[in-house]
Amino acid sequence: MGKQTLSFTLNGEPIQIEVEPHLTLLQVLRDKLEFTGTKEGCGMGECGACTVLLNGKTVNSCIFPALEVEGKSVTTIEGLTDGQGNLHSIQKAFIEYGAIQCGFCTPGMVLSAKALLDENTKPTEEEIRHGIAGNLCRCTGYLQIIQAIKEASEQ
Amino acid sequence: MQDFINIGKRIPKMDAEEKVTGKAIYIHDLKVPGMLYGKILYSPHPHAKILRIDTSEAERLPGVRAVLTGYNTPPIKFGFYKDNPPLKANKVRSYRDEVAAVAAIDPDIAEDALNLIRVEYEILPAIFDPEEAMKEGAPLIHEEHLGGKEKKPTNVLNLPWRLIAGDVDEARKNSDYVAEDRFKVTWVAHCCLGTSGCVAQFDLKNNLTMYSNTQIPSLAQKDYLDALSAMGLQGKKARVIKAMIGGGFGSKLDTYAYEYIAILLAHKTRKPVKIIFSREEEFFATSPRQPAIIHIAQGCTKDGKLTFRDIRMTLDNGAYTSWGATTPSVMMMPISSLYKVPNVRYVAKCVYTNNTWSQAMRGYGNPQATFAIDSQIDILAEMAGIDPLDFRMRNANTPGEVTPQNFRINTCGLRECIDVVAQKLDWRQNRGRRDGRGIGMASMIHVGGGARVYKSDGCGTIIKIDDFGTVNVITGATDMGQGADTVIAQIVAEELGVRVEDVVVTHTDTDICPWDVGAHASRTTFVAGNSARGAAKKVKEQLLEVAAKSLGENPENLDIRDRTIFSKNDPEKKSPLGKILRAAHYAAGGKMVMAEHFYDPPNENLDKEFKGNLSVTYAYGTHGVEVEVDKETGQVKILKYIAAHDVGRAINPMLLEGQVYGGATMGIGYALTERLILQDGKVMNPNFLDYKMLTAKDVPNIEPIVVETDDQFGPFGAKGIGEPGLVPTAPAIANAIYDAVGVRIKDLPITPEKVLAALKEKK
Repeated sequence: MGKQTLSFTLNGEPIQIEVEPHLTLLQVLRDKLEFTGTKEGCGMGECGACTVLLNGKTVNSCIFPALEVEGKSVTTIEGLTDGQGNLHSIQKAFIEYGAIQCGFCTPGMVLSAKALLDENTKPTEEEIRHGIAGNLCRCTGYLQIIQAIKEASEQ
Repeated sequence: MQDFINIGKRIPKMDAEEKVTGKAIYIHDLKVPGMLYGKILYSPHPHAKILRIDTSEAERLPGVRAVLTGYNTPPIKFGFYKDNPPLKANKVRSYRDEVAAVAAIDPDIAEDALNLIRVEYEILPAIFDPEEAMKEGAPLIHEEHLGGKEKKPTNVLNLPWRLIAGDVDEARKNSDYVAEDRFKVTWVAHCCLGTSGCVAQFDLKNNLTMYSNTQIPSLAQKDYLDALSAMGLQGKKARVIKAMIGGGFGSKLDTYAYEYIAILLAHKTRKPVKIIFSREEEFFATSPRQPAIIHIAQGCTKDGKLTFRDIRMTLDNGAYTSWGATTPSVMMMPISSLYKVPNVRYVAKCVYTNNTWSQAMRGYGNPQATFAIDSQIDILAEMAGIDPLDFRMRNANTPGEVTPQNFRINTCGLRECIDVVAQKLDWRQNRGRRDGRGIGMASMIHVGGGARVYKSDGCGTIIKIDDFGTVNVITGATDMGQGADTVIAQIVAEELGVRVEDVVVTHTDTDICPWDVGAHASRTTFVAGNSARGAAKKVKEQLLEVAAKSLGENPENLDIRDRTIFSKNDPEKKSPLGKILRAAHYAAGGKMVMAEHFYDPPNENLDKEFKGNLSVTYAYGTHGVEVEVDKETGQVKILKYIAAHDVGRAINPMLLEGQVYGGATMGIGYALTERLILQDGKVMNPNFLDYKMLTAKDVPNIEPIVVETDDQFGPFGAKGIGEPGLVPTAPAIANAIYDAVGVRIKDLPITPEKVLAALKEKK
């Protein structure tokens, strides 16, 4: 199987890479580019740990064909801090409100929250719950995550 | 109340920044140069003879470096009962039996190689019902396993769980009311978001380094050393290095076949070997919570005093035995000591079947037993015509009590917990409406001051302070997300008079960290906390002694606050901590400030009758819930959820609430939605679509109530809180459902189908 050239924007930087056409976006991010902040929780698009933003919208990168991001913009958790290493307000709120325990769901959860707040700056609790319904968390019971997103939206 | 600087503060978890930026390295993210990838071939049958394995084609596949089976590997046996080889020869006993394993240069090649392994089986009759498996003539899972007085082949394990206190038969005769029921609980999965995995690596001298996500580094190290011995590598070393752990909940409280397989593959290939489970493997090849069939009877007097509790249990052990088989020892705790009950009898049998085998899971048997006990308390109260709130209050445990299992209860906030839950639910107003809305409550006891399960319940801590006041705490404790790192830092900072940000906690490497029995039994805050505090006290003594010389003051007149050592008599006599440290270090015959402390709590192993003061202190709690039951669909909706816990003292209320939220949410799943469906031994729902853990849309708002009883033995008064949050959840919900619609579900999970069927039957 021949490799194909894939060009896209990753966290604001242009990138070009040769990939096998069957690879998922998650495989390219984690295995080829070593952006290991994006997690694989199930490999079947069911748990949301692999959530990244594609042109600002969430996708489950574990079932998303890598070649489909050609010419598009991908944001991973590594792209959320600014150039000086300052955390995004959502990340700060997650830390401050105890929304992180084992942390395995956290990168995906934060990106789902970002997509939500980018679209809806003042979501209701119901909208927040809906916005992260595709991201499973076993540690926190979600409540501190919901609170963190609410706090971030009020800043 | 004391004036604390660091204790009782909502301090964010120390590794939160690493995790929220994606920089934390989990086992899945770890790469070691030259690493190979291991994959496991599982049995396609629940019970079969292995007639022949042909691995030649797999071995020839380019990129494959080793193919191992039970026929070309040394006879390692692991597990609590030592009945489990990592790779099975001659016979498979469940669908999760490991038949062969491959190491290859990439995971896809390893997977392809598995498909090239030819195994011939002769199918054997299988058995999946533990009650059937106990009968004479049932297929034998382990033919060589002998039991009973006659030492005959049997599926019943030689683990005679039996606790007797008082005279149950006599008490039963003298009871005014007796309730008798059969409850049933099934398998549920831990569902750690990070799947299982490890990397095994040997050095040139055959010493093993295991990158792992274990909850029990010191015990795992011992298991690996045993395996090395079985491999002919006696006297070699094993080092366990923990990556960030993507969820534990008891799942990593034992060592598993995949770990030994990685060790065998690494030894064979002389390369590091990584094994990471897929989600499907995580569901079918890791060990869930034990199922149990529970026959229970309880009695009371006319005025609602409990007279006896009599429980007989059959536990499906599955095909092999892990530490999970010892959960009856923990079930004894609520059976003997939840509410005051003078006469107790508990008998449990663990029975081999061809099902998956179970393991520890948060609560370790306690949620199963408490579901039966506290559901039946409501049944009994109704028989006696007593409000279940009053019934519980009348029988509630109290400080100073010695329970039938010889637990010595020092602090006990159970009455406060029941009381606050009743207030929050407006109990007198809302109870007994039977209009589709209902309220219910249930309580719990759990070990809160360690648990002497092994010969030692200890944890070691080393503290060293550098020239600038950075405090390195090297602890045996394991952080798996629950916040052990942060709580230990707070305790040390409080004791030493420094800030939490001055403290660096290291807890990841058995070559560096002192011994600890593991992150189990909700013991880390209590045991590792006391250990850390002990080490901090020793370090502080050294600091004050050194400072005494430079400040010209007696050490006993000195104290440390906010990085400054000062005289309590003369506030002008003071010096920054760093200056004192440097003075000590660079003086002639200088000194580094460091100390170690090993804390082993003064608790007791259970004796031959399973009695003894297992824990230094006990954690109590009560959950209250209001539900709405849709009579048309059987759907249960939680409207209000109150979780009151006696925690001794909240070292970090935010992390503590996180344990309660997470525990209760897991408990709500246990009560209403979660079950691993096994059909003839095969897991039918090994994915998150069909295994229904709660999502953010499902979880109700949970109100945690912290009751502080300031336990004299706890670090700054604290007790454990890791497990309690899910212990009373299922009976509280079941009791609320009964109050709402008058049906009693005795079989978890309480699905809409079961509620509907019960409603139909009631009509």
